[in-house]
Amino acid sequence: MHRAGAVVADVLSKLQTIAAPGVTTADLDEEAMRMTLAAGAEALFKGVRSPQAKIPFPGVVCASVNEQVVHGVPSREAVLRAGDILSIDFGVRLDGYCGDAAVTIPIGEISAERRRLMEVTREVLDIAIARMKPGARWSQIAGVMQRHAESAGFSVVRDFVGHGIGTKMHEDPKVPNFVSDELLAEDIVLTEGMILAVEPMINAGTGGVRTLANGWTVVTRDGKSSAHFEHTIAVVRGGNEVLTRS
Amino acid sequence: MVMTKKDSIRLQAKVIEALPNAMFRVELENGHKVLAHVSGKMRMNFIRILPGDLVTVEMSPYDLNRGRIVLRH
Repeated sequence: MHRAGAVVADVLSKLQTIAAPGVTTADLDEEAMRMTLAAGAEALFKGVRSPQAKIPFPGVVCASVNEQVVHGVPSREAVLRAGDILSIDFGVRLDGYCGDAAVTIPIGEISAERRRLMEVTREVLDIAIARMKPGARWSQIAGVMQRHAESAGFSVVRDFVGHGIGTKMHEDPKVPNFVSDELLAEDIVLTEGMILAVEPMINAGTGGVRTLANGWTVVTRDGKSSAHFEHTIAVVRGGNEVLTRS
Repeated sequence: MVMTKKDSIRLQAKVIEALPNAMFRVELENGHKVLAHVSGKMRMNFIRILPGDLVTVEMSPYDLNRGRIVLRH
């Protein structure tokens, strides 16, 4: 898991240096594929199927610009422009174990509102990292995450959640970034050795989202911006270890 | 890569073949063909399903080859 996480961290930091006005999301996808192969790893996202989508996910990364929340499909037509915010989500399997992480980055100069959205979303993920330890209840952590986003005037996306991760990318449990009756009824008590992909998606406007006709790209209902940060985090004795941090 | 929160997803489909044991082969709007059984509630109310019917199928994101017919239109 450490080595898979390190590859993910490497690729994401490289992609951040490449992403600039004029670059397409397909360019980022190609670089991610090249680095994945060079590391001897397997790209996790390519070929993932969804019942709503005609085609398996075609990209190595999910590249979601501005109002796109997650699962943006890399494309030659998607040219980055100054002022955009771009979420890059990426995962690999190496020696049988998976790593999965995402960052949202600014392209050129961005508006103060978008910068604040990005900062708050990163803080929401940091809240989870600061609190995850054996014995902690996820509902308590998710409650603080949700309150932090909402007190900043933003909303948490509820239709999508993080997940356990191990030999497969998606494992139990589902890891929401908000508190629901469902979570309270079946809370996750963190134990040593548990590895979770925690990934808050925070919208500037409404938390409502819809999926585009391609069956993949998820956008905000009101067209306002969305940010997304993710780390693969292992619960270890006395706290946690972030596996996808470089 | 995030997961959908909902455990089941409802999709529109067309019945293409009736199979033994109240199973049907249905075609989703995206062209995928999946094996679907009839929900217990529909069986209790003797709702007949024939090839050509439009139905709503409930699917789990974990097994994309099987579904459950919950509604006939």
